[in-house]
Amino acid sequence: MTTTVSATTSPPARAERAGGTRRSHLLTTPDKVTLVVMAGIPTLIQFVLVWAPMVLSIILSFMKWNGLSLSDIKSTGLSNYQFIVKDYPPFWPAVAHNIIWLLFLACVATPLGLLLAVLLDQAIRGSRIYQSIFFVPVMLSLPLIGIIWQLMYARNEGFINNITGIANTPAAVDWFGNSSVNLWAALIAATWRHAGYIMVLYLAGLKGVDPSLREAAAVDGASAGQTFFRVVFPAMKPINIVVVVITIIEALRAFDIVYIINRGTNGLELIGALVVQNLVGEGQVIGIGSALAVMLLVVSLVPITIYLSRVFGSED
Amino acid sequence: MTNPLSATGFVPSRLTRRSLFALTGGVTLAGLAACTGTTTAPAASGSGAAAGGQTITVGSGASDDVPKRAYQAVFDAYAKKSGNVVKVNTVPHNDFQNNINSYLQGSPDMAFTWFAGYRMRYYAAKGLATPMDDAWAAVGSSFSDGLAKASTGDDGKKYLMPMYNYPWGFFYRKSVWSDKGYTVPTTFDALKTLCAKMKSDGLIPIAFADKDGWPAMGTFDYLNMRLNGYQFHTDLCAHKESWDQKKVKDVFDNWKALLPFQDPNALGATWQEAAKSLGDKKSGMYLLGSFVTQQFTDAAVLADIDFFPFPAMAMEGQDSVEAPIDGIMLSSKAKGSAGAMDLMKFLGTPGAEDTYYSIDNSNLPVVKGADLSKLTPLNKKCADTIAGAKHISQFFDRDALPAMASNVMIPALQAFVKDGTVDTANLEAQAKSLYATQ
Repeated sequence: MTTTVSATTSPPARAERAGGTRRSHLLTTPDKVTLVVMAGIPTLIQFVLVWAPMVLSIILSFMKWNGLSLSDIKSTGLSNYQFIVKDYPPFWPAVAHNIIWLLFLACVATPLGLLLAVLLDQAIRGSRIYQSIFFVPVMLSLPLIGIIWQLMYARNEGFINNITGIANTPAAVDWFGNSSVNLWAALIAATWRHAGYIMVLYLAGLKGVDPSLREAAAVDGASAGQTFFRVVFPAMKPINIVVVVITIIEALRAFDIVYIINRGTNGLELIGALVVQNLVGEGQVIGIGSALAVMLLVVSLVPITIYLSRVFGSED
Repeated sequence: MTNPLSATGFVPSRLTRRSLFALTGGVTLAGLAACTGTTTAPAASGSGAAAGGQTITVGSGASDDVPKRAYQAVFDAYAKKSGNVVKVNTVPHNDFQNNINSYLQGSPDMAFTWFAGYRMRYYAAKGLATPMDDAWAAVGSSFSDGLAKASTGDDGKKYLMPMYNYPWGFFYRKSVWSDKGYTVPTTFDALKTLCAKMKSDGLIPIAFADKDGWPAMGTFDYLNMRLNGYQFHTDLCAHKESWDQKKVKDVFDNWKALLPFQDPNALGATWQEAAKSLGDKKSGMYLLGSFVTQQFTDAAVLADIDFFPFPAMAMEGQDSVEAPIDGIMLSSKAKGSAGAMDLMKFLGTPGAEDTYYSIDNSNLPVVKGADLSKLTPLNKKCADTIAGAKHISQFFDRDALPAMASNVMIPALQAFVKDGTVDTANLEAQAKSLYATQ
């Protein structure tokens, strides 16, 4: 945050020195052109890629449409929403799973990422190598993640069932097929990736904490735990906010891992997966898919609003 | 078609960059699809007979190597014979199927690969396909009644030229059956008795896999057709019948009697894994499409595989067979094109079928008079079963609204396989809402 503040204050200061008398002059034509281009193009991209689809989604969520000609669009009021809440069996399990997902990321995955960051921030030998290893899952492509976890979880060939010796027996746990365990199996896969992401954020955050704070705490006789929780952690407030928001957003938009397991069915329903199911491909029901997307959007707006208000609020 | 999954549209790896974009972009894709407009000027290229020199474009979703080469060989043979030029645009099959709406409304090719069933009739009714009765008048006599019916739209016109199909039925290993002295059941009761015997012999009676959701539809289709008849099944799929009625409940009640004999770990397994359990002699039989044989790469195992049709139940004997048909349709762009119609005529000849089968022999030729001498004994048996059928169903995801199949039936059947319960009132409520959108 400090860098942005200094960046915005320094150029006018320099301009003032260069020609203070011309301050009251209007912008020259090249200035205007530059302004229009610099502000206009991002605005246009933002409009086309974010605002227009969002508004269209909201409109379509109140319509029925078979996706063919525009004249087939018919208004249906709230019936898409009614259908989802009343008649669509995967919806409520999906809501529950999203909440479990959020709690798990917040209580397990994110603290694990913080722990990794704190450990790797010490001067351990090979710290860079560990960092790379933990960060690799964030960079892997989706099909590769699918293959890796298939190797871990497969009922007869998988690593877990073989190391516990239950593979090829009737007691073998069906990690992906048994709907009472598959959500947890997916959550472990999600943690594997989320923790690496959080670790990198906190590593950057820890590097940014002024060492003199720790020294001062040590001089005052604080233990390592006290130094971290009372001094270092609060000093990382900007990162903490980012991490909280990322965790919430990751939980809300979670979908890729369940999608590669079984496309988000049989115990792995998530709102994000239902949106894809209803909007993409042959099962396309535009009205219902849009309504699900709008519900997700409304829920997402809450943490986003809190985040933005805190970020901008703290600058004043 | 070497990848039968693609035809059913339930390929687990359907997640493309495109679909991810569609998630983030919300309805942009749909919006763009609509914006491409419906101004498809009919390519009135030829007025007279197909005298040669015309260009016929074909959009193909047959992107796997073997079917792609097979189609190319057929089109080459046609070009050589007629003097017309056939231009094929091949698109990866998942993309082709997922984008079919915008494709047909935008600037489609004159002909395109598609399949029989609800979606053929749907696009025909929406005016996005051109009837090919002229071609059928010339070659129609070489198709069975079941095929002719499956190629007919709601308006009674023909919209599809079938290229090949493959049946669903029970596959088993002959050696296992002769060792244990099992005989082919022809009634549902005999099937249940056989299953009980297999279970006591330590086998999984019926291999089963439903991780991907669609394979269980095969069991549903057969039970419904055998119990309530082909017509009821088709009407139910098209939602002309209610789901919330005793006939449908009976289907699930009968299925419940079969559930203990189906592999209890079905929900975590793919059809390939279930096929392996049959190949390894851990299961007694497997209800699937004949594409199951692709999994048996060992020639000795493959030669040991045999087939029998789904046993008879209350309403009908073994009149109906589930045999998805793939073929070629004409888009709205082919209106008035004598060349495109001429190509359809050619595709309905035994010569075209033989050319296709000479390259892709995992599917069955459908034209009477096609050279069957090259068929393996198993394929011959499959072909005979189809030829003897009075009705041919297309598999649930082709016979019904795709959204009904993928959004409603997959979760419902998976839940049923898990605990044996199904809420038919809810199925009806969902069907009502989805079909009203169309």
